[in-house]
Amino acid sequence: MAEATILPRAVHVADRGRLWVMLYLAATGLVLILMMLAGLLMRLAQSGWLPLDPALFYQLMTVHGTGMVGIAALGGAAVMWHFLSAHVRLHSWVMGGNLALFLIGVVAILIADLIGGFAGGWTFLYPLPAISQGVWPVWAAVLHLLGLLLVGVGFLIWCLEVARAIIAGYGSLARGLGWHVLFAGSTRDVPPPTVVAATMVAIVTTLALIAGAAVIVMSLVNLAFPAVPINPLLAKNLIYFFGHVFINATIYMTVTVVYELLPRMTGRPWKTSRVFLAAWTVSTVMVLIIFPHHLLMDFAMPVWAAALGQVLSYVNSFPILIVTGLGALAIVHRSGLKWDLVSALLLLSMFGWMAGVIPAVIDATIAVNSVMHNTMWVPGHFHFYLLLGLLPMIFALMIHLVRHEDVTPHGSDLEAVLYALFGLGFVSMFLLGGWASVPRRWAQHLPEWMVWDQIASVMALGVIALTTVFVARFLAHLPALLREG
Amino acid sequence: MGIQSAAGLLTLVAVLALAAVFLRVRRLAHDDRAYAPVQGNAYRVRAIIFWVMVVVGLPLTIWLVRVNPYSLAADAPQVVRATGYQWYWELDRAQVEAGRPVVFEVSSADVNHGFGLYDAQGVLVAQVQAMPGYINRLSHVFKAPGTYRVLCLEFCGLVHHGMTTEIEVSDGGGSDG
Repeated sequence: MAEATILPRAVHVADRGRLWVMLYLAATGLVLILMMLAGLLMRLAQSGWLPLDPALFYQLMTVHGTGMVGIAALGGAAVMWHFLSAHVRLHSWVMGGNLALFLIGVVAILIADLIGGFAGGWTFLYPLPAISQGVWPVWAAVLHLLGLLLVGVGFLIWCLEVARAIIAGYGSLARGLGWHVLFAGSTRDVPPPTVVAATMVAIVTTLALIAGAAVIVMSLVNLAFPAVPINPLLAKNLIYFFGHVFINATIYMTVTVVYELLPRMTGRPWKTSRVFLAAWTVSTVMVLIIFPHHLLMDFAMPVWAAALGQVLSYVNSFPILIVTGLGALAIVHRSGLKWDLVSALLLLSMFGWMAGVIPAVIDATIAVNSVMHNTMWVPGHFHFYLLLGLLPMIFALMIHLVRHEDVTPHGSDLEAVLYALFGLGFVSMFLLGGWASVPRRWAQHLPEWMVWDQIASVMALGVIALTTVFVARFLAHLPALLREG
Repeated sequence: MGIQSAAGLLTLVAVLALAAVFLRVRRLAHDDRAYAPVQGNAYRVRAIIFWVMVVVGLPLTIWLVRVNPYSLAADAPQVVRATGYQWYWELDRAQVEAGRPVVFEVSSADVNHGFGLYDAQGVLVAQVQAMPGYINRLSHVFKAPGTYRVLCLEFCGLVHHGMTTEIEVSDGGGSDG
């Protein structure tokens, strides 16, 4: 069996590439804290502890959802670029261009939502942007969608650059996925795990962004010419294809930090085995075709699509549960590792990802979805793997950079443990709300639902405090890190 | 046990089991052993989990596809036409009988809504999306009489949270619950 067994080296990114990674992480941290505060306001309003105008609640909900997806991608892009740079030659101007488009898009979205009053949710489900009963003007909907389009175009260019670099370095995307090893048994040019993940990300995110851009342009045309309608079911399929693939791709970007740092910390290589390659190929296909599990309650969809959505969602859990998750546990188990903040965050991230898959797969079961779709169960499962899976990976890279990429254990892991406890408490309240049939995206809750919201608000304070500690530590070192670059 | 409780319990057990594994790995990480035997054990565990998921889990989820809300009751159902508007429901009748199938013909006059049926205890018992241009048919048998509520389960704008109505379910004599 062909295996790439060499330990990952410390990354020496070209100066400009390093600069952009730092700026991406800084922007991610700052926007993250702001979006968390918006989330806290919403939970306080649902708790009955904060009187919040529903119009403002739904604006914050739209900003929070859109912003969190955006920074998941921005932080994920920073992580993946940082480690991929050690394996292929990337053009750093693309990072700058993407960040510029991202920031312009963010400004547009903030103006559209907080000044224009647009509150169509991150899903902007057709025809809601055009039909608000006068709550927001057409220009606000147009500006919000244009902002999204700019962000999407930036990431599309970024993905194409990643794909170009992999093709230039490895010959093709198929070789980036290791198909010459998987299917032909070759032992030459075995791609390391980071390259395999990056190839998958480049493929699926490009397709997702094209679908997302298409439905945004269709919605813009409809806003400009209301006589030109869109099939609402087609729009919904395009939006959920885009949204599902894009948010999943962000965690495939960030997992590269686990592939790169755990082997360096333990001295145990992460092997590019054929099982590993098969898992990533399966994930590449599955992540593109399981999105109908978001449409199980759209009875106009073909039943076969719903059945595939359920069964393949289950199958899609195999690669994460039994390849990446178990691989990380094996590398750490009895390795002599002394826990510190970075290693504990990495371990937490694997737990968050694996555990977050569980309520997701259960909800993708049609019989369960019938009574849990669009309840608080849904934000429960995606907060689980984003808050406890994706974010710890991004924090781990921030702290790793602050430590000048030294993997020798430093200090205690107390902050990671506290973050895990507050995070678990926070996401559990979403899941309990779903268990109690509480609908999601409601500005005001019934008194009998508020206990979950109140506990969640307290837990959110802890999560925000610790997030601020992680981000502040990175930002405090940023000037020095930039000078070093 | 209702579906929600079963889903919650299954999630709780699975997450706790996973947490136990992670805590054990965390506790024993300091113990410095050779990688090869650890890796060999991990491969064996991986093979076991894989085959359990394939042999037990996969047939189970395929079988569970049969439990779905897509088929319609054919035996003289009570029909309710439900149309969503920003921000209210219009039902052509708001009284049905328990124990006999009800087919809800659900649509929307403007944007996407979600037709969520809640029982008197506030438990979600069935739902379907309400979409402009489509009629989604939801078949449901109310097991017990009482006042059921319809809550909007798809975000539809400013008064999404206020988009509710009620359905009175009477004892039709054929109730099974």
